[in-house]
Amino acid sequence: MGVIGALMLLLVVSVAVFAPWVAPYDPYERVQVTPEQILTPPDPQHLLGRDDAGKDVLSQLIYGSRVSLTVGFTASFMAMVIGTTVGLVAGYFGGRIGNVLMRVVDFLMVIPELPLMLVIIAVMGRGLLNIILVIGLLGWTYTARLVRSQVLSVKERQFVLRARSVGASSVRIMTRHIFPQVLPLVIAQAVLDISVAILAESTLAFLGLGDPTLVSWGNMLNFAFERGMSRRAWWFLLPPGFAIVWVSLSLVLIGNTLDEIVNPRLRTHHLFDPRRMIAPTLAVRPAQEREATEPT
Amino acid sequence: MERSNYILYKIGFAVITLLAVLLFNFVLFRILPGDPIKLIIHSPRMTREAQERIRASFGLDKPVWFDVQRLERGDVLGAFDTQFTAYLLNLLRGDLGISFATRGGVADLLKQRVWRTVILVFLGDVIAIMAGMAIGLIGAWRRGTRLDAGILLLALFTWALPTFFMGIILVLLLGRGRLPIGGMVTPGLRPADGLTYWIDVGKHLVMPTIAMAIVYTGEYILIMRSGVMEVLAEDYILTAKAKGLSTLRILRDHALKNAMLPMVTMIALTFGYTVGGAIQVETVFSWPGLGRLMYESIQKRDYPVLQGTFLLLAASVIIANLLADILYSVLDPRVKVE
Amino acid sequence: MSILDVRDLSVDYLTEDGVALHAVENLSLRVERGCSLGLVGESGCGKTTVMMGLLRLLPEEGRIVNGQVLFDGKDLLQRSEAEMRKVRWREISMVFQGAMNALNPVRTIESQIVEALLLHHIVNDGQAARRRAGELLELVGIPATRGSQYPHQYSGGMRQRAVIAMALACNPRVLIADEPTTALDVMIQAQILELLERLQADLNLALVLVTHDLGMVAEMCADVLVMYGGVAAEYASSDVIFNNPQHPYTQRLLQAFPDLEEPGSTLASIPGTPPRLDDLPPGCRFEPRCQCEWREAICAHRPPPLVEIEPGHRVACHWAARMV
Repeated sequence: MGVIGALMLLLVVSVAVFAPWVAPYDPYERVQVTPEQILTPPDPQHLLGRDDAGKDVLSQLIYGSRVSLTVGFTASFMAMVIGTTVGLVAGYFGGRIGNVLMRVVDFLMVIPELPLMLVIIAVMGRGLLNIILVIGLLGWTYTARLVRSQVLSVKERQFVLRARSVGASSVRIMTRHIFPQVLPLVIAQAVLDISVAILAESTLAFLGLGDPTLVSWGNMLNFAFERGMSRRAWWFLLPPGFAIVWVSLSLVLIGNTLDEIVNPRLRTHHLFDPRRMIAPTLAVRPAQEREATEPT
Repeated sequence: MERSNYILYKIGFAVITLLAVLLFNFVLFRILPGDPIKLIIHSPRMTREAQERIRASFGLDKPVWFDVQRLERGDVLGAFDTQFTAYLLNLLRGDLGISFATRGGVADLLKQRVWRTVILVFLGDVIAIMAGMAIGLIGAWRRGTRLDAGILLLALFTWALPTFFMGIILVLLLGRGRLPIGGMVTPGLRPADGLTYWIDVGKHLVMPTIAMAIVYTGEYILIMRSGVMEVLAEDYILTAKAKGLSTLRILRDHALKNAMLPMVTMIALTFGYTVGGAIQVETVFSWPGLGRLMYESIQKRDYPVLQGTFLLLAASVIIANLLADILYSVLDPRVKVE
Repeated sequence: MSILDVRDLSVDYLTEDGVALHAVENLSLRVERGCSLGLVGESGCGKTTVMMGLLRLLPEEGRIVNGQVLFDGKDLLQRSEAEMRKVRWREISMVFQGAMNALNPVRTIESQIVEALLLHHIVNDGQAARRRAGELLELVGIPATRGSQYPHQYSGGMRQRAVIAMALACNPRVLIADEPTTALDVMIQAQILELLERLQADLNLALVLVTHDLGMVAEMCADVLVMYGGVAAEYASSDVIFNNPQHPYTQRLLQAFPDLEEPGSTLASIPGTPPRLDDLPPGCRFEPRCQCEWREAICAHRPPPLVEIEPGHRVACHWAARMV
């Protein structure tokens, strides 16, 4: 499954990178349109029809990928850095620092994310940077928890004790010895975090708090919802959403597969079908042969 | 003894979190640059009386935290006559301010809308939990089969789907059918109309609830499935088999209760996420609850309402988490304070 | 007729690539009513596999490819799964290795014993079941009032005893104890062994003791089956095994255990490691480690059959058979 996800993601990334060449029109260009040219269904010149301002939906879809991917990777990276640092410190030093840090993590985890993000952006103002900051600053908690529990188990292992006895400094131990052990898990989580970030950005944009200067899928859905619903403009409503699902799903598939590699789980449990346990050669014999032969 | 310690600890934590949220709320809207309240005060939409009322109840002419000058003069009590104190006192009185848009009390507005969100979230979540648990259990039991792979894929797909988009799809797909897709009641009906009214509300509730349920079922399937898989590999399941129990009885009497533990924790943890989903669903379906209110207040720049709604939503999630923690301590005999 | 008569049991484990690892081959053993059999061998020699196999509790990769398991004359391998469920616990019960984790952590000890009682209709009413559970706990030295507690509130030794109590709930005719005392301290070990001995005598219980500890076997068992690499090496009464061991492996095993009567003798260890299941020697499985002076070419080429060299004493060794 992970491979499919990777391919899916590759498609989107290429589209994003090569957007100017792939897209038929430039969505940032001003267009003069007549009323009949608004919200038109697909036609040969506009494969996905036109939006509420008369612009080509397909081009916007293509350019929108840039925003989503940028926000996704940046916010996730931020969350990864913060989360890993907090987790390493909390896990390695333990004690009061560890406790305080974990309480902060618990605190952030309890507060509902979307309302908090809405409120912060509403006050701070719309903008790409704000969105990335908000998502990144709220999304590091899972990673922190994960890293901390991993550090706790790695901390007592031989090679760490050896490093300490040799007199290595804490920072050195954390970065050179513990961090590499923790990295695979962090990466698996980071991939999932990217999809969470993309979903968060699109939700914020849909609810009206996206960056108004950019073409993003969330923004498209915002306009589509507000102005396209009455005309059931499916060409405007569905593609951005499906694009979001496409990217999200690709990341989730990759992340899920990575998670299985990094965290190998048992393949089987005790409640399987017992019929295969006895080889067919030993199959149930007819009734008269059931009783044993005479004892030796 | 262990359990009551645990519960007290959790209550304490909830209280502290709540206080932190209150503090945060205050800080966000007063201290940050571009103080929105001052901006609104000078908006031409506000009448003189409303401006004075707001100024008074917010105490915008007073110091923010602590009046040092009055303290120096020996007026200890008066030193607390600040914006922050006013804020806290107002909260205790149940006064959440005045809406910029409606000029009515925020608290009243919230009171009116609360139950609508509660019922939507409750119904949607309960359906999602039950479906998620059942499907997740089956997936884990039939681990490795194509059925399980299908279930996993389905769950991952719904997880990757933005909640609001699910709503949009439902609206487009089923919009022309028998079930209404917007609002809470058909215009013209009133509570006084009795059963007709309630049935109409019920009909309007169906679509948003389905949207909520579908999105969250995926999440719960994933949680239950991994929880059950772990449980079914445990030694006590083998013992149960050796005792001669049938598979179904083992699932029911041994696996279920153990799998419920991580499930309860995760339901609590994702409750904040569920509330976020409610905001989206209410927006798409124009269901007039707290979520929709939040959306509208953002659009209208109605900061008191935004603040009040956030406070209420955050408080509910904190309390829900506390209840879940208590429930967990009842289910798991091993709990103790770390 | 023996209560349990296993004939030529062979168990394979299938790997992911479909390769069949022969974990146990043609293993035969007999347990007489009220008697005890010790099943001895290194970790990985297949002793647990044999026991799980006869109860048909192998893991998903396990396959029983040959043999008969005659319980009171009837072949268990021919039974349907539903019929097996009536035999399990009621007639043959088991105390697993690492029994401390065998209990469900979110249910009381009592409820887990009651479950067995009600399932097999030993008792039919809840209250009577709880009373009987209390009696069983007292039998193993746990106060009945502690039945309403949870496994985490018991010490390791207590949990072990509770599991034994649970295993006896349905008055089985055979009790299989797989390493019942590993990870327990010596005092508790002694207590548990004493308990098992007493129960065996009082309840006329047939006991199969699976262990790598020869000392335990010497104390507790009438007969001993020594296994190596998935096959039987030597099978005789405990007297004979300890005083006249004929298989080189048995001899080395005995040398590896301290003997109180000869405090000055050196403890010998057996160099080498047990055979890998995917790389089994074509001949005698012990041959690569056998330091017997009489080792011959045949040892490496043909697996030695289990031969009765004297009445009641079977050995699987070319050399030992030759001496008859």
